[in-house]
Amino acid sequence: MEENSSNNTLLTPTLQEKCNWVRTETLKIHKIAPGIRVASALSCVEILVALYYGKILRFNPHNPSDEDRDRFIISKAHGSVSFYPILADLGYFPFDQLGKVGKVGSILGDIPDNSIPGYETINGSLGHGLGVACGIALGLKAKQSSRSVFVLLGDGELFEGSVWESIMFASQHNLDNLVLIIDNNRICMLDYCTKIINIEPIEEKFAAFGWKHFTADGHDIEELHSVLSAAKEQACSSPKVVIANTVKGKGVPKLEGDSLCHIRALKPEEIDALLREMQS
Amino acid sequence: MKPEVMRDLLIEDICLRMKDNKKIFFLSADFGSPALDQLRADFPDRFFNVGIAEQNLVSIAAGLGLEGFTVYAYAIAPFISMRAFEQIRISLALMGQTREVNVNMIGVGAGLSYDVTGPTHHCLEDIALMNLLPNISVISPSDATFMKDIVSYTLVNKKPSYIRLDGKALPRIYDQTAKPDFNDGFCQICKGEKICIVATGYMTHVALKTAEVLKNDGISVGVIDIYLVKSPDMDKLKASLNEYSIFVTMEEGFIRKGGLDALITSISSATPSPKPVYPLGFDDQYVFEVGDRKHLHALAGLGEDRIIEFIKSIN
Repeated sequence: MEENSSNNTLLTPTLQEKCNWVRTETLKIHKIAPGIRVASALSCVEILVALYYGKILRFNPHNPSDEDRDRFIISKAHGSVSFYPILADLGYFPFDQLGKVGKVGSILGDIPDNSIPGYETINGSLGHGLGVACGIALGLKAKQSSRSVFVLLGDGELFEGSVWESIMFASQHNLDNLVLIIDNNRICMLDYCTKIINIEPIEEKFAAFGWKHFTADGHDIEELHSVLSAAKEQACSSPKVVIANTVKGKGVPKLEGDSLCHIRALKPEEIDALLREMQS
Repeated sequence: MKPEVMRDLLIEDICLRMKDNKKIFFLSADFGSPALDQLRADFPDRFFNVGIAEQNLVSIAAGLGLEGFTVYAYAIAPFISMRAFEQIRISLALMGQTREVNVNMIGVGAGLSYDVTGPTHHCLEDIALMNLLPNISVISPSDATFMKDIVSYTLVNKKPSYIRLDGKALPRIYDQTAKPDFNDGFCQICKGEKICIVATGYMTHVALKTAEVLKNDGISVGVIDIYLVKSPDMDKLKASLNEYSIFVTMEEGFIRKGGLDALITSISSATPSPKPVYPLGFDDQYVFEVGDRKHLHALAGLGEDRIIEFIKSIN
């Protein structure tokens, strides 16, 4: 079992290195699996790294359903292919699986599901993860467990009405063991969220619904790690939300700032050029 | 014995089990019953009213199920089966294939139970919809006899289920001491000669009444009550059906859309010489007219006289 959280800035260089490595591996996966939502997978890299390498989550790769683990629900499943290298690195499945994403017989598809060791639930469709997480949080309280439930949502997912049913439920029942992370990359499939249905300011909406809210630069690993740790540790009687302000397609200039980056696929030669640049 | 409301007996039994079994949760989408008042009072820590939010009802139930709890998720039948259909698909049907998720949905108001309430509350689609989803049992009892056994079944089965209950007080069909066989999933209540009526839920009452009237006219029809609509023992059911040459299915649901009639048609059509299956139920139309169940049935061609006349015509 990996040890529990500590807010240690000495971790920062290691975490930054891990972020670079996860981006590299995600691009390598994209080269063999052009159908993955690469821009969405790149915006949440620091979030995943902070949780799994920053000693925020308790987890056990040798027993993914260890009762004493923190639960991590990835509701924006399509955007979490960047989680694959992390799971392989931690030992949830053999490393060579990363070279088979989307191939016949692979355990890893373009959109992850809970048949993959390390994934708690199935979330290819949006708007389901938070409700299930609320049930898990309720169950952990009933068991008098001190473990937490973390949930990762994309900001565009906040358009799903079911999410708000869960937001109301969580605060009504004081689910203080629940930490929701919004990967606030600001872009849906076809446009900027503000141009589709403007849900800004997100923080104020959560405050109005009785949640304790935090904001962080989702690509500043030191700040993000510190805020996520604080959100987990802070004793309060309400659920907590961390708005991680991110850039969709982070690390790939061609994708950053492109309102259609969700549906863009990079050409193999573009990926090779990016990888050479990242390694130099 | 006076007519009984199935949901009250089911909830009374769940309440009884919750005393000893601390792993049971009961969730409601702001839907009640007299028996639920006691459960709410006795178990405030394990009863949750999620509000008028059927989608969240199913998702929260699934989360509790993943943590090893047995959950009963209670709502009005058309709303839990249709408003929350995708939650059922994602977090119960799909997830139930790879994880243990013991979530049992209780939908009250099957068929035309809410007769005068109107077409939004009529539930004519739920059997077909749940039939579509793998990993979910569909339990459709016709009277209150089996309520305790349904709870026992769900506690042992440990898989998602949809329990569709009539909303009205109904008389008993079965003897008080009758035990449902959840391996068989059906019961041949009476045997006949040529025609067999296969029914579920409220329509089993109609089928038995029909058989009684026909018997007085010298026609002996069999009646099979199917309570595990999706998963009866197919070999046994085929053997029972094999004794007949004509089948009539009766359901308070749309016909030719994957409901009970589809089950019997698929059995018959798979034989070397398929036997005719006549589906009785609701055709491709909703019912807007206001009236009680008897009136609405008559409008849909399911009036007692019409059914008798029809069966005589095919005998």
